[in-house]
Amino acid sequence: MALSREQIAKRVARELKDGYYVNLGIGIPTLVANYVPEGMEVMLQSENGLLGMGPFPTEAELDADMINAGKQTVTTLPGASIFSSAESFAMIRGGHVDLTVLGAFEVDVQGNIASWMIPGKLVKGMGGAMDLVAGADNIIVTMTHASKSGESKLLEKCTLPLTGAGCIKKVLTDLAWLEIENGAFVLKERAPGVSVEEIVAKTAGRLVVPDHVPEMTF
Amino acid sequence: MAGFDKVVGSYEEAMAGLDNGMTVIAGGFGLCGIPENLIAQIKRMRVRDLTIVSNNCGIDGFGLGILLEDKQIRKMISSYVGENALFERQLLEGEIEVELTPQGTLAEKMRAGGAGIPAFYTATGYGTPVAEGKEVREFNGRPHILEQSIRGDFAIVKGWKADRYGNVVYRHTAQNFNPMAATAGKITVVEVEEIVEPGELDPTQIHTPGIYVDRLIQGTFEKRIEQRTVRSA
Repeated sequence: MALSREQIAKRVARELKDGYYVNLGIGIPTLVANYVPEGMEVMLQSENGLLGMGPFPTEAELDADMINAGKQTVTTLPGASIFSSAESFAMIRGGHVDLTVLGAFEVDVQGNIASWMIPGKLVKGMGGAMDLVAGADNIIVTMTHASKSGESKLLEKCTLPLTGAGCIKKVLTDLAWLEIENGAFVLKERAPGVSVEEIVAKTAGRLVVPDHVPEMTF
Repeated sequence: MAGFDKVVGSYEEAMAGLDNGMTVIAGGFGLCGIPENLIAQIKRMRVRDLTIVSNNCGIDGFGLGILLEDKQIRKMISSYVGENALFERQLLEGEIEVELTPQGTLAEKMRAGGAGIPAFYTATGYGTPVAEGKEVREFNGRPHILEQSIRGDFAIVKGWKADRYGNVVYRHTAQNFNPMAATAGKITVVEVEEIVEPGELDPTQIHTPGIYVDRLIQGTFEKRIEQRTVRSA
């Protein structure tokens, strides 16, 4: 079975470490915040200028001046800090954020990522994604392995305009956990009940399959 | 106005001198911390062919979105321009130009512009459409692109409190792009919720020192929320 959104978030959460500063993209990455392991402290960075983001406010706490990068109303946790956009991107571009999790349309064996622009469709903009992928060393891309029609999104070379070049090393799809090494995807783990054959069939880019590929457990 | 007193008496006075074809840098992220009354004044002035530098372009009927209604904007320099049907239509019909700029690069372009730094190298955007036509240079084994900084004829800024000398404090995440915008205008206009006397604000807590501010006005704000997300108490 392919991983659910929640399972993807749970698997990513296993990569968290105590004391990590983490930037979570919009969509599935946001769900990772729900699965921070017990007893572990992580601080969420929101690129509009907030470190130490808390949950959504109650009606009584609601404040138009307190939003996250998705423009949703949020709160702060004790120990939070608020700063300008330049300061926020100094953290991101300066490599101070320990983990970045974001989505993508395509990734390839060179670590290239395409996530913001589909030619012919209206382009709304890259927001902070180009800064995040260029600035972070530790990035996890969460995405579906193939399109609904079965076409692989893990490619030899991205076909869409890039968000960043050579910056991705870890990819979690609904089928597998893969790492990009020496110009190939390396299959590290597979989703429960998903066969190596299915992953091979749905991976267009060069894929290295070790002798033993453990199955994720939840 | 005398000495360091930056307070002006009306929004007409606050935006006096703005003309067709000028570049305006605006603070704000989404609808948070936007100079909503200064934007409304630009609409009333009916100036045209503006280049607006702002992370976003408001929404239909609010924020910078109202400047689209009479086609006052010729070009937007932004990182994200979704959430705005009128903008999409004008873009598709070629009535407006957009220069999409990564958010961190946009913040740095304003910061550098205000700090007298004409250009800077960054890894952000290398290998992407953003890099087209830009100089590439390698530092520490990694390619970077040269990005030019931005200055505006006007900068429009939303603060929380300011003293009459133009020392500004922002509130929560309404800070965002405002401090950089404030440094990058030939004429920087700040609107705030409350103006106090010099000495009332703690000097160590000032976000934007008054030296950057030319005109200051107190307004009232709607502060519309773009994504109202709440949890049960």
